[in-house]
Amino acid sequence: MALTNETITERLKAKFGDELSHFEEPYGLLTFEAPKDLNLKVMQFLYDDEELRFQFLTDLCAVHYPNQPGRELAVVYHLHNLVDNIRIRFKVFTPIAQPDVFTATQLYSAANWMERETFDFFGVNFVGHPNLKRILNVDEMIYFPMRKEFPLEDQTRIDKDDAMFGRGGHTPS
Amino acid sequence: MARPVRFNINPIPADVKDNISLANMPEGYTGEGFFATSMNSVVGLARKNSMWPLPFATSCCGIEFMATMASHYDLARFGAERLAFSPRQCDLLMVMGTIAKKMGPVLKQVYLQMAEPRWVMAVGACASSGGIFDTYSVLQGIDQVIPVDVYVPGCPPRPEAILDGFMRIQDLVGQESLRRRTGEQYKDLMQSYGIQ
Amino acid sequence: MSTEQHIKLPEGSIEKTTTTLNLGPTHPATHGVFQNIVELDGERIVSAEQTVGYIHRAFEKLAERRPLFQITTLTDRLNYCSSPINNMGWHITCEKLLGVKTPKRVDYLRIIIMELARISDHLICNSVVGVDSGAFTGFLYVMQYRELIYEIYEEICGSRLTTNIGRIGGFERNFTPTAFQKLDKFLAEYPDVLKEFENLFTRNRIFMERTIGAGPISADRALNYGFTGPNLRAAGVDYDVRVHTPYSSYEDFEFEIPVGKTGDCYDRFLVRNQEMWQSLRIIGQAYEKVKAFTGAEAEIYHADAPEYYLPAKKDVYTKMEALIWHFKIVMGETEIPPGEVYQSVEGGNGELGFYLISDGGRTPYRLHFRRPCFIYYQAYSELTKGAMLSDAVIVMSSLNLIAGEMDA
Repeated sequence: MALTNETITERLKAKFGDELSHFEEPYGLLTFEAPKDLNLKVMQFLYDDEELRFQFLTDLCAVHYPNQPGRELAVVYHLHNLVDNIRIRFKVFTPIAQPDVFTATQLYSAANWMERETFDFFGVNFVGHPNLKRILNVDEMIYFPMRKEFPLEDQTRIDKDDAMFGRGGHTPS
Repeated sequence: MARPVRFNINPIPADVKDNISLANMPEGYTGEGFFATSMNSVVGLARKNSMWPLPFATSCCGIEFMATMASHYDLARFGAERLAFSPRQCDLLMVMGTIAKKMGPVLKQVYLQMAEPRWVMAVGACASSGGIFDTYSVLQGIDQVIPVDVYVPGCPPRPEAILDGFMRIQDLVGQESLRRRTGEQYKDLMQSYGIQ
Repeated sequence: MSTEQHIKLPEGSIEKTTTTLNLGPTHPATHGVFQNIVELDGERIVSAEQTVGYIHRAFEKLAERRPLFQITTLTDRLNYCSSPINNMGWHITCEKLLGVKTPKRVDYLRIIIMELARISDHLICNSVVGVDSGAFTGFLYVMQYRELIYEIYEEICGSRLTTNIGRIGGFERNFTPTAFQKLDKFLAEYPDVLKEFENLFTRNRIFMERTIGAGPISADRALNYGFTGPNLRAAGVDYDVRVHTPYSSYEDFEFEIPVGKTGDCYDRFLVRNQEMWQSLRIIGQAYEKVKAFTGAEAEIYHADAPEYYLPAKKDVYTKMEALIWHFKIVMGETEIPPGEVYQSVEGGNGELGFYLISDGGRTPYRLHFRRPCFIYYQAYSELTKGAMLSDAVIVMSSLNLIAGEMDA
C-alpha cells in the first residue's frame, strides 16, 4: 500500500503527540513544524521507521523572518522516501539571538555542506557539526549576508551610487 | 551506415599557397639582398603571431571559450595554438567569467607570476564590470585588481566576439613600442595597482 | 614536503612524511574553480579537502530582489552547460505557484529543448573525461556537433549559451520552420557521431584502465551523500526525477533509465552515453507528437495567462489593456500569490530543485536552489581516498562539477 500524507501524519502524531504542529499540505507536499530540540529525534524516527523510510535528504536551507520575535530563523528540511516516492518538508524555528540547532550530519552525510552553507548565509549554529565554518564566502566576513537587514549590492562601487541601486544610505526592505 | 569520419586513403598534397595565411611584411626599405625596418615592428610581428594565452576560465564564458578554442572556431588560426596553464610562460591572460572577491587575490597572483610583456583580456560582462552580479561577493570588474588591455562585452560573448577581442590584442601587441614597459607611464600604472 | 607529520602513514609506506599538494583554484586539472588540497603519500592520496566558493555570486540574495521573470537569467548561470533545463525548471516552479496550466504542445516543445540541453551537457562532461585521460580527439570531434545544438537554441531564443529560453507559461514565440529544419539535421547527423564517440572510448583499453575502479561509490553511500542524476544512477539506483515526479508531461514518453553497478568513472561515463541515446529517443517521440498537432493547436506556443505572459507586441500598440499588462509585467509590478512550493527537475547533473517562498509581494521572499553538484561534491574526499593522484583528476571531471552551479 502506498504511503500517503495521512498515514505519515498519523504515525508522527502517534509518536510525538502534540509536539508537532502546523500540519499543512501546500501543493500536495506534507509540511509540519517541530520544536527545535526535537529536530534530530523527528529525523531519526523518519529515517529508521520501517514504514516511513525517509532516508534521502533532498534539501536543507534556512529562512529569515525578521518580524517574528523569538522565531526569526527557520531551518527547513526536505526529505524524500525513494521507495514509496513521497516527499515531506519540516521546519524548526529558532530565535536569532541563540540560533542553535542540532546537526543532521550523523544521519545524512549530505547535510555537512548544506549546514555549512546555512551557517555561512544565516549564522545558524549547528550543534555537533564536525567542521562548522564558512564555505562560500570569504573567511574574513563578519556578518551573515542572507539575513534580511544586510544589503545585496557591493557597497564599494562608486560609479553608480544612487538610491536606485540600493546605495546611498538606506537599505531596501 | 556512413561513417562520419572517413580514413584518408588517397591523401592529396596540401595546397600551401591558398590555405596558409602569411603575415604581412612590416613597412621598410627593401633592395637587393637586404630589408631594413624598425626593431619595433619585427618584434611586434613575431609577438603578435605567437601569443600564448592563459585561459583563466571561471564560469559561463569559459564554456564559450571552450567552443572558441575547439574545432569549430579554432583559435589556433591566430597563432595561439599553445594554450598554457602555467602563468610563467604565457603572454596573454584571458579572464573569462565572474571573479568573486574570494578569487581576487588568486587572480592578482597569477598576473604577478606572468613575465613581462604581458597582456590582459577581460572576456564577458562579469570580468569587465561585474555584469549582472552587483552583489556583495563579486568583484566589480577585474580592473580593480589588475590592469586590462581589452574588454570583450557580452554575457557571454559569442566565440566571434572573443576572436575579435583576441585580434584587438594582436593589434595592440603588434604596435607596442619596445620602450613602453620601461617607461614612466607604465610604472605609474603598475604603481596604481600596487605592483612594483 | 611538509616538515612535520600531520597524519599517521599507512603501514609499509616508504615515505618519511606526506606531501601536501594544492590543486586549484586555477589548475589545468580542475576545470573551473575548485580547490582540492590533497595529502599524498608518494603518489597515493591519503586525504583530500575541497574548498569551494571561488565564484560565489549570491544568487539567492539577488533572487529576493527580482520579479519572477528576471530570475530566469540567474538560472541560466547555474549549470551553464545545460541552461535550458534550469530555465524550464524555473518556469515550471513559477507555473506551479501561479496555477498556470501549460498546453501539451508547450510541454512537448519544452521536452525537446530540455533533452537537447541534456545531450550538450553530457557531451561536454564525457568528452572532458576523455581529455583528462589523454584523449583529446573525442573532445575536438564532438565540440563541432555541440554547435548544432547551439544553433537550434539560437534559432529559438537568439542566444547560444545563457539562453533565457521560454517564458512563464510557454515560449516567447513559436518555433520557426528553420528551427525544425535544424532539429532534423541534428537528429540525422548526431547518432552517427555519438556512435563514433562511443567507439573511441567504450572498449578503448587505455580508457578502461584509467577509469574502471577509479572513484567508486556504493549505492548506500551515494544516497547518504545526496547523490542524484547520472552519478547516482551509475551507483545502481534508478532514481530519475523525470520518472518519479514527472513534470512537463514526461509521463507521456517511453524511455529507459540506464543504471550502472559500481559507481566508478567508467560507469558514470557509460550511463551518460546511454542517457544521450535515451534523450535522442525522447526527442524523436516529442517531435512526432509536436508534428501530430493540427489546425489551431499546431500554433499554440504559450499558455493563456495574461497576468504573467507578455501580450503580443501588436496588441501592446493598439489595445489599452494589453499595454497595461505589458507595463505591469515588465516593471515587475504583478503581485505573486503567497505560497510555498518545491519543484525539482532532472538537471544535467542531478535533481535541480527550486524552493520558492512567496509572501504575496512582487519578488520571492526566499528562493533556494537545490544545486546537485554542490551536494555531491562533498563525497570527493571519500571517492579519492587511497587512489592515485592521476585518478583524482579524472574522478573530478567525471562527476560533472560545474563551478557556477556549485557556488551559486
